[in-house]
Amino acid sequence: MSAKVLNVEGLRLSRGKREILRGVDVSVGASELVALMGLSGSGKTTVLRAIAGLDPFSAGRIEVDGLALNPNATLHSELHRKVGMVFQFHCLWEHLTAAENVWLAPVHVYGTAPTDARARARELLADLGVAHRESALPRELSGGEAQRVAIARALAADPKLLLMDEPTASLDPARRGELGETMRTLTAKGRSLLVTCHDDDFVRNFATRVLVLAEGQVVEEGDPRTVLTTSKHEATRRLLDVRSAGPS
Amino acid sequence: MCALLVLAGCAARVFAGGVLRWGGDAEGGAPYVEADANDPTKVRGFDVEIAEMLAKAMGRTPQFVQAAFASLDQSVKRGDFDLALSGVEDSAAKRAELAVSVPYYEFREVLTVREADRERFGTLKDLAGHKVATLSGTTAWEILSAAQSEHHIEAVSYDDDMHPYSDLANGRVDAVLLDNVIADRSMRRQPGLFTQPGAVAVGHYVILMSKEQGALQKSVNAELRAAMADGRLETIFRKWKVWNDDQPAMHKRVLAGADSLLGEAQPDAAGATNATNAPPVWTLTIRYLPSLLRAAVITLVLSCVAMLLAVSVGFAIAIGRVYGGPALRSLLTVVVEVTRGTPVLLQLFVIYYGLAAVVRLPPFVAALVGLGFNYAAYESEIYRAALEAVPRGQLEAARTLGFTIWKTLRLIRGPQAFRYALAPMTNDFVALLKDSSLVSVLTVVELTKQTQIFATNLGTWAIPGALCAAMYLAMSWPLARLAGRLETKWKAPTA
Repeated sequence: MSAKVLNVEGLRLSRGKREILRGVDVSVGASELVALMGLSGSGKTTVLRAIAGLDPFSAGRIEVDGLALNPNATLHSELHRKVGMVFQFHCLWEHLTAAENVWLAPVHVYGTAPTDARARARELLADLGVAHRESALPRELSGGEAQRVAIARALAADPKLLLMDEPTASLDPARRGELGETMRTLTAKGRSLLVTCHDDDFVRNFATRVLVLAEGQVVEEGDPRTVLTTSKHEATRRLLDVRSAGPS
Repeated sequence: MCALLVLAGCAARVFAGGVLRWGGDAEGGAPYVEADANDPTKVRGFDVEIAEMLAKAMGRTPQFVQAAFASLDQSVKRGDFDLALSGVEDSAAKRAELAVSVPYYEFREVLTVREADRERFGTLKDLAGHKVATLSGTTAWEILSAAQSEHHIEAVSYDDDMHPYSDLANGRVDAVLLDNVIADRSMRRQPGLFTQPGAVAVGHYVILMSKEQGALQKSVNAELRAAMADGRLETIFRKWKVWNDDQPAMHKRVLAGADSLLGEAQPDAAGATNATNAPPVWTLTIRYLPSLLRAAVITLVLSCVAMLLAVSVGFAIAIGRVYGGPALRSLLTVVVEVTRGTPVLLQLFVIYYGLAAVVRLPPFVAALVGLGFNYAAYESEIYRAALEAVPRGQLEAARTLGFTIWKTLRLIRGPQAFRYALAPMTNDFVALLKDSSLVSVLTVVELTKQTQIFATNLGTWAIPGALCAAMYLAMSWPLARLAGRLETKWKAPTA
């Protein structure tokens, strides 16, 4: 299992009396793009939050690039070098420009020299195609631009694993394709991605593997084209029905 | 129905004609006017008995109206009552604005010191570099104001005539200049004090009426003279133990036809009281302008430093309430609610007078602490709300990037909360600027107090009031503008 960047085994997590995750197993290998699918409330986002060290878990094991997470989610001084997270609503810091959002952590947390951090931030923004927006405030950015800035911010610590929560939700189909290409570039450079997603077309086109989550457990796993066309589990079929019948 | 209304109207008029409304300040206490301990609606004192005597002579029923000493002249002018008498001093300014009776009592301005200092501090001249207290808006205050430049004493004004003597006993001031009547009373209450026998100045108590009350003034003067001639006035003063050898001579002059004794018999008054003719309003205004400006600076400095204290303490409380454990949170909630739920005036009194036995804070420091901590409670609520208004997602994003709680606060949560808090903070600063006038109860002469002193001496509020308002506006307006501009800058999208 040492080749795995992420290894989650038997993850259990409760909020109050409600058990959200009931023994989840997830693994992500190097340069893999794993999609986590499931209906709303199935626990997809919670899996990401536990891996990012934001929510404490009650049982199981989370290991990222050889680092085992503390179950009570106390701040780990090494974790941010292993895992980056892009939130569904981007959560950019509203009082800072796009570039400042990217270099704030390197300068104040990682101890990078400000000039180096600024140069690196410009580079990251350029890679993601938003270099021209570096002095814009978050409220001045479009949804797609804000997402790219958020990705750049998460990559500033150069983590092995990037978590993305519903990255396609706020994008139109053309932008989704661009995002997929960006993700491919990232995996090509050796990064691993774990992404929650509702869009089965996107998953078919870009994911290397898919996991279907239902009621806090992984019910199906495998190659996206196989799982999403010849789905064996009812939860997967319902997921596809909802999508084709839904508003978009 | 109409007949009934007419009847009621007539009855009201007859009733009004049958009552003599007179105003005084029961806070001044005995022997002038004091509330009866057994029945606070009743008052007693020599001024009460003189009012009763006058009412009786006019066939009217006396009715007491409570008014603050400093505003007796303005109230009688407005017609709140017919007469004002409460140890009111005769002055040229009052005679210019009001109808004033003949003097009915002669008092001496005397200097009271601590027993140990009786040899050291005999006159105002001996008190150079020391603090001398008195009641604001009195002739004594005028004398002390003049002595500030002439003898380099430091004049301290109080709103009541009890605390100058208690502060003299505990060492906050080194002498008190006030009427011999008040000095005698205070010496009985406060041991360890000594009143110098010589008079710094001589003054007279008079009764004030509005200028329209010419007929009333005539009958009041006639009755006072009659009471001087037949000894009724002497009986009243003897009863209240304030009769002395100065009175028969003064009575003689009044009975000989003098309506006013202003400008006479001023032994060594320090130049302030011999103003027989009040100087023109504009001369007085120019004379008072520097002290008003000085008072404005005190207001501004006091408000700025108090706000600084309020901001720092308020921020600390907010941090405790947002990040602290349950015990700290409940403790701070209690502190905030108690501070917000009690009057700031009460807090100032407790800090300055209440704690005097434990820690004797200088007036300015007590004012700073009182205002600062009171406003800290309000600021803390603003900051708490502002900190909680920063979206949780932004804090979680910081966490996933390795920021500690304190770095998040300093770099992400704090700066954004500050922007939310700016508008309510500016509001509070403007409110504090105006609330700072409350500290005059601690003898700090700030803008409002100085205006009041000015108005008392001028006999009108119109000019001092307008000047004072203009100065407050000049201080708060630029601030409001600046805050407004910052807010627009931070809120308006530029794309």
